[in-house]
Amino acid sequence: MSTLEALARVEAFEAGHAVPLATVRHAHLAEQPLVFVPLLLAGEAAAPLAGLVGTARDEPRLLVVPQPRDRDQRFVFLARLARSVVDYIEARRGETELVEATRNHEEWERYLDAPQLIVPNAGGIEALRLFGRSARFRSAQGPYPVDPLVPVLGRYLTWFAEDRAPTAGSSVCLALTSVLAEHWATGQSALEDQHLAALLAWIAPDSVAPVTADAQDGGRRLTGAQAALLAEDPLLYPPAGPTTDPEFDGRVLSHLMLAQQEAEPGSNAEHAAAEALQAALLSQLEPTWRLMWLGIDLLRALPAAGHDEHRWMVDRGRFTDFARKIDEGAPPQPRREGAVAAARRLADLEAAQESYDKQRALDDPLVLAAHRVTGEGFAGQVVAVDADRQDTSGRSPKPRPHVWLRTADPVVLRKGTKVACPQRPGQRPIIIDVRREDGEYVVELELVDGMGRRAVPEEGSVPEPGEYRCYSTVLAAERFAPPPLPEFDATPWTHGGPPTPYEPTGADHNEEWH
Amino acid sequence: MSELSVLPGLSNRSAAARAVIDRVTADLLCGTHRGVIVDSPPGAGKSTLVVELAKRLADTGEPVMVVAQTNEQVDDLVDRLATAHADSGLTIGRLSASGYVPTERVVRHLGGPGAATSCVTVAGKVADLRAPAVTVATAAKWARTADAGWPEGGWRWAILDEAYQMRSDGLLAIAPRFAAGTALFVGDPGQLDPFATIDGERWAGSPWDPTDSAVAVVRAHNPGLPVHRLPYSWRLPPTAAPLVCAAFYPFTPFEAGSAPGERAMKLSAAAATATATATAAAAAADGASGPVDEALDIAAETGWALYELPARHTVRTDAEALESCARIAARLVRREAVVVDPSYADGRTVTAERIAIGAAHRDQVAGIRAALDRHGETVRAVTVDTANRLQGREYDVTIVLHPLSGRRDATAFHLETGRLCVLLSRHRHACVVVARAGISDLLDAHPHTEPVHLGVPVKFPDGWEAHQAVLAHLAAHRVRHAARQAVQQRSARQ
Repeated sequence: MSTLEALARVEAFEAGHAVPLATVRHAHLAEQPLVFVPLLLAGEAAAPLAGLVGTARDEPRLLVVPQPRDRDQRFVFLARLARSVVDYIEARRGETELVEATRNHEEWERYLDAPQLIVPNAGGIEALRLFGRSARFRSAQGPYPVDPLVPVLGRYLTWFAEDRAPTAGSSVCLALTSVLAEHWATGQSALEDQHLAALLAWIAPDSVAPVTADAQDGGRRLTGAQAALLAEDPLLYPPAGPTTDPEFDGRVLSHLMLAQQEAEPGSNAEHAAAEALQAALLSQLEPTWRLMWLGIDLLRALPAAGHDEHRWMVDRGRFTDFARKIDEGAPPQPRREGAVAAARRLADLEAAQESYDKQRALDDPLVLAAHRVTGEGFAGQVVAVDADRQDTSGRSPKPRPHVWLRTADPVVLRKGTKVACPQRPGQRPIIIDVRREDGEYVVELELVDGMGRRAVPEEGSVPEPGEYRCYSTVLAAERFAPPPLPEFDATPWTHGGPPTPYEPTGADHNEEWH
Repeated sequence: MSELSVLPGLSNRSAAARAVIDRVTADLLCGTHRGVIVDSPPGAGKSTLVVELAKRLADTGEPVMVVAQTNEQVDDLVDRLATAHADSGLTIGRLSASGYVPTERVVRHLGGPGAATSCVTVAGKVADLRAPAVTVATAAKWARTADAGWPEGGWRWAILDEAYQMRSDGLLAIAPRFAAGTALFVGDPGQLDPFATIDGERWAGSPWDPTDSAVAVVRAHNPGLPVHRLPYSWRLPPTAAPLVCAAFYPFTPFEAGSAPGERAMKLSAAAATATATATAAAAAADGASGPVDEALDIAAETGWALYELPARHTVRTDAEALESCARIAARLVRREAVVVDPSYADGRTVTAERIAIGAAHRDQVAGIRAALDRHGETVRAVTVDTANRLQGREYDVTIVLHPLSGRRDATAFHLETGRLCVLLSRHRHACVVVARAGISDLLDAHPHTEPVHLGVPVKFPDGWEAHQAVLAHLAAHRVRHAARQAVQQRSARQ
């Protein structure tokens, strides 16, 4: 937790409601996201119990597994889930735009839309990963055939949960609690923030616990802490999945499952038991469903960040690539990444993290302020400028203006460090000198780039005295292209040699934990 | 007890260390192993081994590629290689990125007027190096160097220095260059592990975890590779080697290369009056330096001191602790300590250049540096840096801000054994640890809570264990900041 976030939490506790950590929304929200609340059966590794899925807040689709311990029923559930998810994905594959050829890539078409899957919390993403893992190796042929959509769903869910969700800045697969916690600080711990109802209670106490407020407090508004306390009542707000309330499991679920199992097949009793089970599971899911849309509304009310469109474009491009791969019949993602694939992914993830950090700091003064607090930046007034300074050591003189900036921030950056400011992110001046003056600091910067190609700096490319600027190293971070890695089949002996390619076998469905 | 418990004389120890180099050479030349691993405790002559092996491998007539992790390390290696082997005709190439300005240590081997030797060539491409016997570059440079078609069929020999600090994915990028040859991996397993800026948990337990160290991945896939160990630390004094060994290398014992009594550190008495040139402000600071002097006396005599501040939870940049580090360094410079060592038997003054202050975080480093500035010009040359940047460096005396000082929690970062090991193994004579009281209580209140993953070898000693071992030892060398009396349980010391 950054110092600034700690401060925001203290302020939230004092004020009794959540405090913004961001001035803009750093996650993209699609026009029509697919919301999914999954529930797993307690005690099993990946046994789906129920789910509520849909793109419209008043039309959720309930999926229930009457007996999750029955493996066939699990795949019936996944087939039904596939209808919702794959149909939704296919509907995003409409119009495309032309992306012009670059030096490294020929001309290609990119979809104008991409799917967006929103689950309540990080556990929800883990559930997607498990569903994907159990579905992607299954086959529509062979001794235990499944619906042909199931392996397709498995590949997509794996892409959502393992590929896009961990990539910083990607909004294709979001955990609502994580996104909300990135935008608001509450007066409770980070662990408690993973409880969707409690987190929303701090952000919008009236929406989470309005009725109780009137009854208990004579109409007085509840503070975030009071509302969060109420929201932690599992009868009011059952857990947002994928785990269920143990009380519900023991007192309700086990009896209903038993009743259905013991009823004669096709009898009225079985029918009644099935309906009772559905109703009970819906009661566990529905409160979370409402909270999901409340959270989405709150996020939608924030203005989109400056880089939102760019990041969504990257997501759309990745979606286009992946959908095409599925069309071409690519094999399912391997159980374990080989050496080369893992190294490539690490490079991708690190690059995404770095550019996301940089973009957030550029888009949002509150994020930039956090870097000032850690000493990675400083802000103040430009007190003097030597705009005509030149470097005459080379063949032709180059403009090298010096800028002096006075700041009250303690400057801990070393001489020679490159920094940049949001007004001109492409310009990366070098710190020449830092000296103390009357308890403040005066930083001398040398501009070396971002001034055009001529001997005289371009109009407006050199800061003017009196301007307020915030310079930070985070904005100047420069990422070099990752070094080339060997091809898969040229993996050297240090990493175990080339990996054996995946061949689907009849034994895939025999995996013990299915 | 191990075979090492029989104390051979110094010349025998040198011979034992050289015998390791001979065995490594034999394993490399015999052609039955694709790689050889050499583990080296701090200051055990790793660079000497690399320089020696580079020459021996080059003598086979096949070119050698040498990989280091930073440009500093590359320049050091180039300098040492040239100094040691220029006379015997070894040619050295230094691959560099564009914009590289050769340091003074490299320039003096480039030939031309006033140069010591002319055996080094610097270029951005392998093809421009004129086929030297040994080519040195950083891992990043090797990874981006286009295949020049020379040497034909790839490199026959590769030496990877600081291989425990290299990430697995970095090795993957350069391994194809020597995939048909034999590689020597040299490093210190007790130092800081490489790190990634993202959470690498998804690969935990995978033999291809790209965030793991290069040596870990090579050993996972090639369990039969011979592993050698350098037996003596020539840097650490006899007062430090047993503690560092017990706390950080419990299963791979090593000893100090020097015998007890061979090294000594003497502080001039009552130096406060001797340094009449000290400014008034510094003199005032000295007035309160009773415990500081006491800590320095204990450190000079026993090799260790724990300068303990009263227990308190503080922010990371604990002003009092930062100031204490700076004050101890300033006082040490002013007291003009003299150290004696067989290699400089007449004694050598501990100047500011021979002192380092180490901390865990960059903001702490910045704070200590600011505090040092207030102590005047004489201490400006004291090195202040983070553990990561102090790796591989050596000083006469180090002052260490304990990573857990003043903290409320003991996170994996602060518990990391490598971090503490680096900080406590940079000195030739003495080490003063600055910490707030109550760290062992903090350790007791924060048991290990990191998730355990299948397939991940258990790291032992874990940070908790190593920290407790160090604290237990330091307790006998404690000086309290507030109280003037030193708590000295000398009988407890070995």
